[in-house]
Amino acid sequence: MNNREYTIALAGNPNTGKSTLFNVLTGLRQHTGNWPGKTVVHAEGFFTYKDEQYRIIDLPGTYSLYSNSVDEEVARDFIIFAKPDVTLVVLDATALERNLNLALQVLEMTDRVIVCLNLMDEAKKKGIVIDIAKLSKKLGVPVVPLAARNKEGIEELLETIVRMVHGEIKTKPIVVSYSRAIEEKITKLLPLVKEIVGEEYPARWVALRLLDGDTSLLHALQHQPHHLLKGVPNYACHCSAKSI
Amino acid sequence: MTQAKLERLCDAQPGERFRITKINIEGTMKRRLLDLGFVPGCEVTVLQKSPLGDPTAYRVSHTTIALRKEESSNIYGERIGNE
Amino acid sequence: MRATVPPNPFDELMDYAKSLSDGDTREQIVSAIFQTSRDICKETITYTKREKLHETEKLDRIFTSKIWGFPIMLAMLAVVIYITIAGANVPSSLLAEFFGWFEGYITLAFEKMHAPEWLHGILVLGLYRGTTWVVSVMLPPMAIFFPIFALLENYGYLPRVAFNMDRLFKKSGAHGKQSLTMAMGFGCNAAAIMSTRIIESPRERMLAILTNNFVPCNGRWPTLILLASLFMAAGYTGGWKTLMTASVVVAMVVFGIVVTLTVSWVLSKTALRGMPTHYTLELPPYRRPKIWDTIVRSTLDKSIYVLKRAVTVAAPAGVLTWVLANIHIGDTTVLAHVAHLLDPFARQLGLDGYILMAFILGLPANEIVLPILLMGYLSTGALTEVDGLHSLKQIFLDHGWTWLTALNMMLFSLLHYPCGTTLINIYKETKSKKWTFVAFALPTGIAIAVTFTTAHIAQWLGLI
Ligand SMILES: Nc1nc2c(ncn2[C@@H]2O[C@H](COP(=O)(O)OP(=O)(O)O)[C@@H](O)[C@H]2O)c(=O)[nH]1
Ligand SMILES: [Mg+2]
Repeated sequence: MNNREYTIALAGNPNTGKSTLFNVLTGLRQHTGNWPGKTVVHAEGFFTYKDEQYRIIDLPGTYSLYSNSVDEEVARDFIIFAKPDVTLVVLDATALERNLNLALQVLEMTDRVIVCLNLMDEAKKKGIVIDIAKLSKKLGVPVVPLAARNKEGIEELLETIVRMVHGEIKTKPIVVSYSRAIEEKITKLLPLVKEIVGEEYPARWVALRLLDGDTSLLHALQHQPHHLLKGVPNYACHCSAKSI
Repeated sequence: MTQAKLERLCDAQPGERFRITKINIEGTMKRRLLDLGFVPGCEVTVLQKSPLGDPTAYRVSHTTIALRKEESSNIYGERIGNE
Repeated sequence: MRATVPPNPFDELMDYAKSLSDGDTREQIVSAIFQTSRDICKETITYTKREKLHETEKLDRIFTSKIWGFPIMLAMLAVVIYITIAGANVPSSLLAEFFGWFEGYITLAFEKMHAPEWLHGILVLGLYRGTTWVVSVMLPPMAIFFPIFALLENYGYLPRVAFNMDRLFKKSGAHGKQSLTMAMGFGCNAAAIMSTRIIESPRERMLAILTNNFVPCNGRWPTLILLASLFMAAGYTGGWKTLMTASVVVAMVVFGIVVTLTVSWVLSKTALRGMPTHYTLELPPYRRPKIWDTIVRSTLDKSIYVLKRAVTVAAPAGVLTWVLANIHIGDTTVLAHVAHLLDPFARQLGLDGYILMAFILGLPANEIVLPILLMGYLSTGALTEVDGLHSLKQIFLDHGWTWLTALNMMLFSLLHYPCGTTLINIYKETKSKKWTFVAFALPTGIAIAVTFTTAHIAQWLGLI
């Protein structure tokens, strides 16, 4: 008997089908449409699968998590501080190169990631063939091909989620190697980061952010936004919520 | 390669390919451009001007991004021929 | 050893990191990440149909071309509105007939139960008629307009509109993504206010908020359509009539866009001075929508929405109007009294006291303006059984309407203050009473100025 509720976050570039997937999983009706920027109010929904409760958060779509904007900070803070049990990174299979950037960034932040390769039907139409197994091996996390709008691949995704929340999947996220100069600086910073920031945050990622001069992150780390641990950022809305 | 040979992205014509060497923009806009794939060393294809002449659409890492002249005139690189 | 740690280790850490890093760290980081993605892609992706990859670009060469870009945009708008008008006519009158027929039975039931006159008045003549009126006028056009709009949205046409129009917005000092928030305004201004969050610069976001009202929302489409078809296309029949109505409505929308751009321009030269900020716009690939799904879902969503609004705003408004129309001060009703007071001013705008009063009472929601107006016009103090558009027109004509009255009412509807819900959202988003007031006063001022001008020019030219 397990009464725990698991938290799932949906991250990804704008327009990759996050809200569509959110709707499929929760049965809600977030606004979807083919233009970047629709989801400005992110929503929270719930679903049950195999007798277990899940809470899922549709984060705003972002091109990166480097805190260039409020949206990016919201998404970043959620992943870092709320520590979702699973982060689904939704990628557009027809523009994988750009989309993978975000996945790589998320993989620096957490290892509980499932990569959802959405829009597979579009990719197929365009003759784009992706070696899923190889991609998964390279990234070090499960990769699930999806066509969210056609509800294809959902079952496999749910199964993967179940196995991940039960710790049955060992992930080994890819480590991006940076230029020699940057790697040296990371090495210098790591011990300090571990001492001051603590072990509960991904040290290598924090070091990188510091090198990049990301003061907003340090600020957030200092005043850990505790409300995030329980809830979603202030303007989240519940089941009946409708985003734009 | 010398500085003098560098051209501006905004001067490339539809159909042309362009390799970025330098982005002369600061702050958030530069970071946004980097996120979208306007990274030094990368290749961009000029697709299409808006009916009123600006902005212009570019193909960059398999996506289409429109930039205004303010930005594209500060992205430098070399034209590397037509599609 | 805690004592040796400086008061704020975090600052120290940051300083140390800063001393290590040089200017273009971000560039190096992103380059490395991109390189990694590219390497991964190279090993995992094969392209088997090269010719298929650039289909979107081929389409864009038409949709955003110098010659065709704008005509196609205008044509799309016209077609959507044409289909809406052509399709809504019959279901609207069928619904009205049905509700009228049903009302007969309700009245009969009231008589059987010997219910007092006033109860019948409030419940049937006020509440029932107000609600059903809104449903029969609003539901059909909205249940046609929005599915088509959703198809365009899901196909990926909206970002192309933003791409085409960008220059105009830049010239007027506004943000290029304002066209996206305006497109949302077609559905509902209140929701569009939230969508302005996609505009990051506060100045431009404020512009988008203050001008969003100039795109007609679903509470105003039916008013525009109805008045256009009654008065602007009067001399025509059949397909030509629909075409004429559609043209007038399209002209209204275009005029709203012109006002938006002008107001943005003036504001960005005065109260909201500043340069347009930079931005990037992604043009996603066209994706064939699931046509049937989209239609069904959007029709359902919109219908539920309209019905909900009918119950939550139209019903109380119907009751209130009935009450006002039946309480007497001396020998006139409160409603007539107020209308009489407003009349001189309204005349200056080419309207009359009842129309202005309907707009004022209609503050909570635009869809109740017409029903309130009709209630006011009918001496009995209740909505008539308006069987068909003809008798509707007769009511207007009996109250001295001309095409100019209709035009001015359309203009006022297009330009006046946003509805209550929208104002509340504006307050929530701006957290400023001052700007919320501006959002109310500015459009109202413009609506007054424009209708005043048209009314007087028409008179002066002897058109009326
Ligand atoms: N063909 C196809 N279209 C999809 C799929 N998933 C989503 N879409 C469409 O892609 C667009 C963007 O989806 P949305 O969920 O709004 O993206 P978000 O911005 O990530 O929330 C919408 O028009 C969806 O209908 C899919 O699996 N296949
Ligand atoms: Mg979304």
